[in-house]
Amino acid sequence: MENFFRDNDDILFHFKNMNMDELIRLREDGFVDKDKFAYAPSSVEDTKDSYERVLDIMGGLAAEYLAPYAAEVDAVECQFENGVVTYPASINRAVKMFAKADLMGLVLPRKYGGLNMPAVVVAVAAEVLSRADGSFLSYGLHQDNGATINKFASEEIKNSFLPRFCTGEFESSMVLTEPEAGSDLQAVALKATQGVDGKWYLNGVKRFITNGCAQIALVLARSEEGSKGGRGLSFFLYERDEHMKVRRIEHKLGIRGSATCELQFNNAPALLVGERRYGLAKYTMWLMNQARLGIAGQALGIAESAYREADKYAKERMQFGKKIREITPVMEMLAEMKIAIEAARTLYYETAKVVDLKEGYEEAEEKHPEKAAEYKEKIKLYAKYAALLTPITKACCTELANKIAYDAIQIHGGPGYMREFNVERHYRDARITNIYEGTTQLQIVAAIGGVVSGAAKQKLDELDKLDFGHSDYLLKRLRELKRIFEDTINFVVGKNDARFQEYHSRRMVEMATDLLQGYLLMRDGKYSDRKKIVAETFIDKMGARVEMNSRFIIKGDASLLRNFPAIIG
Amino acid sequence: MKFNIVVLVKQVPDTKNVTGQAMKEDGTVNRAALPAIFNPEDMNALEAALMVKDQHFGSKVTVLTMGPPAAIQVLKESLYRGADEVALISDKRFAAADTLATSYALRCAIINKVKDYDLVFCGRQAIDGDTAQVGPQTAEKLGVNQITCVSEIQELTAKEITCRRTIEGGFEVVRCKLPVLCTFTDENFKPRPASAKLVMAHKNAALEFEDKYDESYIESARSLGKTVKIDLWNVETIGADPASCGLSGSPTKVKKIDSVVLKGAQVKQVSNTDEGIAGMMQELIVDHTLG
Repeated sequence: MENFFRDNDDILFHFKNMNMDELIRLREDGFVDKDKFAYAPSSVEDTKDSYERVLDIMGGLAAEYLAPYAAEVDAVECQFENGVVTYPASINRAVKMFAKADLMGLVLPRKYGGLNMPAVVVAVAAEVLSRADGSFLSYGLHQDNGATINKFASEEIKNSFLPRFCTGEFESSMVLTEPEAGSDLQAVALKATQGVDGKWYLNGVKRFITNGCAQIALVLARSEEGSKGGRGLSFFLYERDEHMKVRRIEHKLGIRGSATCELQFNNAPALLVGERRYGLAKYTMWLMNQARLGIAGQALGIAESAYREADKYAKERMQFGKKIREITPVMEMLAEMKIAIEAARTLYYETAKVVDLKEGYEEAEEKHPEKAAEYKEKIKLYAKYAALLTPITKACCTELANKIAYDAIQIHGGPGYMREFNVERHYRDARITNIYEGTTQLQIVAAIGGVVSGAAKQKLDELDKLDFGHSDYLLKRLRELKRIFEDTINFVVGKNDARFQEYHSRRMVEMATDLLQGYLLMRDGKYSDRKKIVAETFIDKMGARVEMNSRFIIKGDASLLRNFPAIIG
Repeated sequence: MKFNIVVLVKQVPDTKNVTGQAMKEDGTVNRAALPAIFNPEDMNALEAALMVKDQHFGSKVTVLTMGPPAAIQVLKESLYRGADEVALISDKRFAAADTLATSYALRCAIINKVKDYDLVFCGRQAIDGDTAQVGPQTAEKLGVNQITCVSEIQELTAKEITCRRTIEGGFEVVRCKLPVLCTFTDENFKPRPASAKLVMAHKNAALEFEDKYDESYIESARSLGKTVKIDLWNVETIGADPASCGLSGSPTKVKKIDSVVLKGAQVKQVSNTDEGIAGMMQELIVDHTLG
């Protein structure tokens, strides 16, 4: 039986070597569930073993129920007729299997029927599922929606909805975007009004809503009449009834197995989640950050699949009397793809782990207020790292997915352009990943604060203190590059020119990303000789990139900005 | 209506993944070289039982297997999918049993240990021996009705079962009184996936002994946490006559084994279209293979 978790040596490598003790202890809180639930673990080792087994089931289902149908799903697409959205039959069947396998409440607490899995497990799952079918993301989104309700909603809402999330009775959607509020969510206009009965009612239109036809919607809406900006927005849970209509679904370039809906709310009764006015700043931002990590996984999964197709093709295809993988430019593309994926994956898991630690300490603080002082510093630290690493990882993984899908077609040559080959689909599926849940440009905006304020340096300093146990010369080179990075940041900060900083933000974030990946690959090298070689090859090329970015920035001249009117008019 | 369902399963070498070392020089199967798996049609039988349980709340599924201690794996796989109880029938004295001795041991276990049953389900046949005899022989020894090659359960009441069974060239629908033993094909009983919760709950399951047993024979269980005990039944537990078990209870004697290798002299691919098939028919008629 094929298994997309078991057959991926790099994922298994991370799973084996990642130190999860701290996050497991936090998540299981003294293993208190062990006497209440037959499936709860009783030790760190037991927990890790359970994580692996759950991913094993996931990997099997992905290979059996998703991958073989991905091309067909892409061709059939979601359909819309008389207000009803129909998913391809194989998607419905796969969802049913995931529910049967008890995987729908992956992250939710056991008391609601969930599995209490951490972000690192969800991270692996998101990649494994997306490798099988790049459009199967509503599943991941469903986890994030459930987690958001669990974190912020009242006990009453949680008790009434979360058990049904776990059984798979519900699917859910995250309802934020509007025609006039895309990247700028502060402009959300959908109205939430409180009736005389004290209940909330939603009126207005939402657009580009993934799986908007789901039974449960988490809706960002304007609850404060006459307000402008984010502070007038609140967060609502709406259970589908006759007061919401799907007006249409979009015809998209890729991820055609996912329905992107336009919704019309007509006096739709909804429940307020958390407090009024915190809809955007607190709940949506939290949900989006979770979802961003999920999209990074989706992108990585598509990239992995595209790479595998390219690798397979390059092994089989003969030209000029040899396999094309023996031809230098093809060799370079293949190696670059593999290295980029491994570099992205190590960053991706590091981010997931940081998110787990942040969430873990926040929960611990709530459960054990007597130890709040002890947890305060940790929460601050991991919140800072999560805020930096989440957008960095999202930007990195989604951009590389596009590059890898592009090169995968290139390796196929003409055939790759044809619909008979999977890489054509990967190329289309990858394209959305660096757009939705915040474009790469917005991820840069989210990350740059941490890069210029020293959070990135702090994380790099932390990594620099690790005992790598190999390659002194590589470490020397990394330290040199780290210094260049720090000098560059200092230069930009010293210039005290907001526009200049904004102009070079992307390059500075790229430098931070490169260095983080370099250090993380060095760390991975401690556990494997092959990883040492990957680290060496990565740092070799990345070093030149960091130097290039630095030189361009330190020139101090934003000629493009100056010349924009002359060039474009 | 609640039913007590017994499912008989077998751990078999994965004969679909045969490698060069699959056969020993003497022509017998080299089990060490092949991964051990859940006999596929037994998995279909388990699914059929679980479907009955899904439809008839309160029904109980008991899974039995006879085999070495390593066969505990198929019992765990059964628990992962929703079996309520499992037991391993294992004893050195059961070793080398043919279908007669195997069905005798299974009969003893059902009569003396399970006792109360309405339905006995098993796969049509195992992929190692391919005899398809153990099911029917067990039914005979239990003295109950049997329906083999079931592809659909059409109706199940407190007294009767109606099944569709596959026969050569078609199917037939038969009805009989309970208790009944049914053997299943893979047509309509695609196994459900393992449940994450049940996997986590039963992953540490280990054997529990009622009697003294040669412990060196048993693989030590991984001890990570809570352990669910799995019953181990030996010759005495199931109240069997040792003379009728294992080698001594097996009249089958293998006289000679031939290793038959089929060689494809010439292969021609025919496309699966009306034109392709029409072309092939034409060729077969021309060379007088047909007509």
